[in-house]
Amino acid sequence: MSGNYPKLLLPDIPNLHKLDVYVANGGYEQFRKAVKMTSDEVINEVKASKLRGRGGACFPTGLKWSFMPKGNDKPKYLAINGDESEPGSFKDRQIFEYNPHQLIEGILIAGYAMGIKSAYIYIRGEYHKWVNLMQEAVNEAYSAGYVGEKMKEKFGCNYSVDIYVHKGAGAYICGEETSLMNSLEGDRGYPRFKPPFPAQVGLWKMPTTINNVETIATVPAIFRIGPSEFAKIGAAGHPGTLLFGVSGHVNKPGVYELPTGFPLKDLIYDICGGVPGNKNIKAIIPGGSSMPPLRGDEIEGVLMDEEFLKTIGTHIGTGGVMVMDEDTDIVAVTRRIAHFYHHESCGQCTPCREGCGWMEKILKRIEKGDGTRQDLDLLLSVCDNIEGNTICALGDAAAWPVRGFVKKFRDEFESRVQDNRTFQALNVVHGKRDTADSLVFAN
Amino acid sequence: MQIEFNAEELNEVQYHISKYPEKKAALMPVLWMAQKKWGWLSIDVMKYVADLLELSLAHVEGVASFYTMYFKKPMGKYHIQVCTNVSCMLRKGDVIYKHVSEKLGIKHNERTEDGLYSLEEVECMGACGGAPMIAVNEDFYENMDIPQVDEIIGNLK
Repeated sequence: MSGNYPKLLLPDIPNLHKLDVYVANGGYEQFRKAVKMTSDEVINEVKASKLRGRGGACFPTGLKWSFMPKGNDKPKYLAINGDESEPGSFKDRQIFEYNPHQLIEGILIAGYAMGIKSAYIYIRGEYHKWVNLMQEAVNEAYSAGYVGEKMKEKFGCNYSVDIYVHKGAGAYICGEETSLMNSLEGDRGYPRFKPPFPAQVGLWKMPTTINNVETIATVPAIFRIGPSEFAKIGAAGHPGTLLFGVSGHVNKPGVYELPTGFPLKDLIYDICGGVPGNKNIKAIIPGGSSMPPLRGDEIEGVLMDEEFLKTIGTHIGTGGVMVMDEDTDIVAVTRRIAHFYHHESCGQCTPCREGCGWMEKILKRIEKGDGTRQDLDLLLSVCDNIEGNTICALGDAAAWPVRGFVKKFRDEFESRVQDNRTFQALNVVHGKRDTADSLVFAN
Repeated sequence: MQIEFNAEELNEVQYHISKYPEKKAALMPVLWMAQKKWGWLSIDVMKYVADLLELSLAHVEGVASFYTMYFKKPMGKYHIQVCTNVSCMLRKGDVIYKHVSEKLGIKHNERTEDGLYSLEEVECMGACGGAPMIAVNEDFYENMDIPQVDEIIGNLK
């Protein structure tokens, strides 16, 4: 069934990761085409395709590129975000493994459009194997003259770009673009204030564009089929194909390339073979753990694109769909998500550093059965105090799922809490009296 | 123990420095090299890296302690990482973690006395489609259950 949809990123071609196979299938021809245009024309093609970033924010890619200053009076940089640490997201790794040259070709086109001489592919440290695979592909492209100084001769153009692979070392926050830049510069991955935006002051204080791996890998496909054809695929407001990573309680979890706007129900039941044991679905996170969840009874008619999901209070994120069946303990899942954000908060902003810790503590006591009804409102109040009060979006990413789960599954949370909490404390001095009995405070 | 890279490794350090406009940016790759060679990042190793890249020890320590994958204490020959994040948890990754912890008698970020194994409860490793997953050093093992995990650990000698 999945064979009927366009495959722009992961076509069914064996050994596509090898340079000769990629070239034999029309690889690097799109850069040849692009380099004959002016840089503005290239950017206009991308704008016309209506491509939006695949890293979660869905920002129009052509517009982002147009923010870069013109001219070559100072160095400009491109950073490719392959940090991919969002729980539920495992798509970029497929590109590193199966189609790395399309990413490289995308970097050539993007680099040419923005006049960039150095590009860095930032890959999370846990992806040892995929860092090596990507590095192999880059080396292969270098030695065949597709990248670096030799590409001028290869393509008969006056442009060249160097590509470097940079390995992270285990920090979710480095997927945030300004944190990624600090990490690339050899600092702790603390997010930076915006403005100034990276297009003005980025890597080494120079103009920088940061794009997701999937976004850049899509660019050669836009040139291959033409921007107007690309814009016709999937949802009009958010066109193209997306790599959906489906995990959790489905029979066939995995990464599937499908048009945007694909019905969520078909994704789960047709593409992924339904829920094991034919159980009902209790909850779905549509785009990686930061996104507000949907209830199982809400999925009818849901289309998987940003414009549609926005109307029902959630987002496409990184397309990481997590499915939870009817037996799932929602309180435990929420506690686990809160633990993740507590662990990954970089500690720079107080609301996030402290708030994430408190969310985890409160959820832990609810899970143990020690929570009270007031704790649920306390949780929501902590969410309100984190959201929008931090330098980067990690605070929002921590607050959204917790708020979403508490609001949508309030009944389940309420069944786990007590009406009142009883504090029992032994008063040391009081305890020395013969008549002592333990003190009980009810709140 | 003499803490020094050999000539070949120093060439690699030079290569990493050449990738970036500033020397400081080579810190992460060089820390990776150091961890590979010495197993973990002791203060002496960090001092050496700091001198090599003309950075302060405080900066190097700051970076090393920010990223969880740089070890600040000796870890086992086999560093076993079990994911318990949501996708793995939904498929019993947390049960696997408890099992491994009890089997080896160690907790999160601890090492067995013989130095053979260490255990880490890791956050999402990006293998959600193959949940539950574990990783041993740099290798991922997906679609795990307890007998398979036992077999993998049994083969680590």
